[in-house]
Formats: sequence, C-alpha cells, structure tokens
Amino acid sequence: MGLESALGDGYMTSKVDSLVNWARSNAAWPMPMGLACCAIEMMAFAGPKYDASRFGSEVMRFSPRQSDVMIVAGWVNYKMAHAIRRIWDQMPDPKWCIAMGACASTGGMHRCYGVVQGCDNFLPVDAYVSGCPPRPDALLHALMKIQDKIRTEHSVMLDT
Amino acid sequence: MTLELNETLQNVVDGLSEKFTDSLIDVYQSSGDTFIRIAPQVNVNVCQYLKKEHHFIYLADVFGTDRFTSEDRFELVYNLVSMRDQQRIFVKAWLPEENPEIESVTGIWESANWFERQTYDMFGIRFTNHPDMRRIYMPEDFEYFPMRKEFPLLGIPGSIDLPSTTPDTE
Ligand code: SF4
Repeated sequence: MGLESALGDGYMTSKVDSLVNWARSNAAWPMPMGLACCAIEMMAFAGPKYDASRFGSEVMRFSPRQSDVMIVAGWVNYKMAHAIRRIWDQMPDPKWCIAMGACASTGGMHRCYGVVQGCDNFLPVDAYVSGCPPRPDALLHALMKIQDKIRTEHSVMLDT
Repeated sequence: MTLELNETLQNVVDGLSEKFTDSLIDVYQSSGDTFIRIAPQVNVNVCQYLKKEHHFIYLADVFGTDRFTSEDRFELVYNLVSMRDQQRIFVKAWLPEENPEIESVTGIWESANWFERQTYDMFGIRFTNHPDMRRIYMPEDFEYFPMRKEFPLLGIPGSIDLPSTTPDTE
C-alpha cells in the first residue's frame, strides 16, 4: 500500500543480505530474562514512556522459540544459570544477548559464592549495559547497538 | 547483669528453671531481648513446654551462628513469639564442631521444616527426625557449608557446575 505509492513505477535493487538484515534488525523480539531489580527497568523499557516498539522490539516473548534477543536483567545464581542456558539453547538462531546491569555483566555487588560473576561465563553476550540499575534509555542504547550489529552482519550464507 | 523481666517473661524463666533446672544454662538480656541458653539435649522438651504452657505458638525463625570457638562452635537459635502476650524470646543451644546434631522441632511447629533445612544448608547442623533433611538453597551435590567462617566469601572455584556452553553435550 504505502510502499508502492512511494516508489511509483519501476523497481528497486538490493542485496538479499541487506534486506534480511534490515528485516531482522527491526524485529528483534526480546526474551525477557528478568531475575532481579533490573527487570523493573526492563519493563519500563517496554512500556509506553520509553517504548521499545519504536525499534520493533515491542513483543516481549515469554517463549524462547519466538524471540531473538535475550535480555538478562539481574543477577544470575548458579542454579538459575542452568535454566537460562537451557532457554538460550531453545532460542532459534540467529540470536543475540544483552547483559543488563552490573550484576548480569560482572556479578556486580553480589560478589559471593552463589552468584555467577557475569553471565558471559556461560552465554555469548553481545552488549553489556552498565548501571545499577541502568536507565531504560541505556537498555535502548544496547538494543540499538545490537541493531547496528545485525545490520553489519556479514552474510546470511554460511561461509563453509 | 540484673534482668529486667516483665511478668510474662519472669513466669517463663521461673517455669523453665523449675522444670529444667539442670539444663537451663544461662539467661541474659541484650538490646531489649531475652535469651535463654539450654542444653541441646532438651531442646524439644523446652520448645514443647514453651508452646504448651506459655503460648509461644509462633516460631519466627531458626538459625545458626558460627562462633568460631574451639569448643561448642555452633550456636542454634530459636526465635519464638507469643502473639497473645506480645512477647519474644530467643532459645539457644550450643553444638560441637564435630558432627553438630540436634533434634528437629518440626513436630511442634511445622514451619521449622524449611528453617532447619536452611540451617543445615548454611552451617551443616543436622536435624534428627526431620521429615526432609535436604539442602534448600545450594545444589544437592554441593560439598561445603557456606556460612561457616572458614568458607571463602567468593566460594570455592569449580565447586558448583556452570552449564555446558556447547549445547549438544549437556
Ligand atoms: S545491577 Fe543493580 S538493579 Fe540490576 S539486578 Fe543488579 S543490583 Fe539489581
């Protein structure tokens, strides 16, 4: 509808890669992994004021099968780590991960025996957000960084 | 130190010293609370007595402390509340470092179940006749007791497994 009228007659050329990356980067559905206080800020990030839907990420999917970006919001203890890893493994590729807040990134102030000192010990993290808790804007920034990353992805083809 | 006991607590202390003369080791007050130390062998009888006769129907907490002394290293504390009389009392028992063991009070207060499991998890104090003596927070196969003073704050590296990072091998 709108697109046709904007283009008028004629055609447009593009690469499959750019199209796919454009589509992926604007529909990065988050998998909320809210584990502690940071999850409250994550809710604000999705809510109307900060509005993650501007970036195509409004659909918080509580099912790993339907999500692309896992937001680890909060401190991860050793018992929970197994559940998180299992959910991560259930997410279809391609997938990205944000470590939100000091705790998810490094263990933060929970420097003790029960807490994993950074969820990058068992997850491939793409973006770290500093702060305790980070402001929703900071999380949006991380999301935009991930979008940049997706847009500059090399190719949808496997180089084998 | 002289004790400033109100009527209810005075009754409790009098009753205890009459009924458990040999097992009542110490009564003292600190920060406005009253503490009673008993011999560990009579903990169930004392608790039963306090609940039945003095209406301490609410077991608010059971916890341990590591006194880190060479004798009677562990201390077990029951925090009892009487709703009717609005009184609180702490009952303590000292346990040895080797094989600290005491009888469970789950038969008196059901709520002791998880408190005692936590005390076991953190200090390694075992409770006999407990219906479900397992760890509550730490993984089942964890070998240490984290609240003991010799346990390093950051834990023992490698003592708890992290998930495997290669999906197919788990
Ligand atoms: S970083 Fe701060 S706000 Fe976030 S989970 Fe840790 S303690 Fe809570």
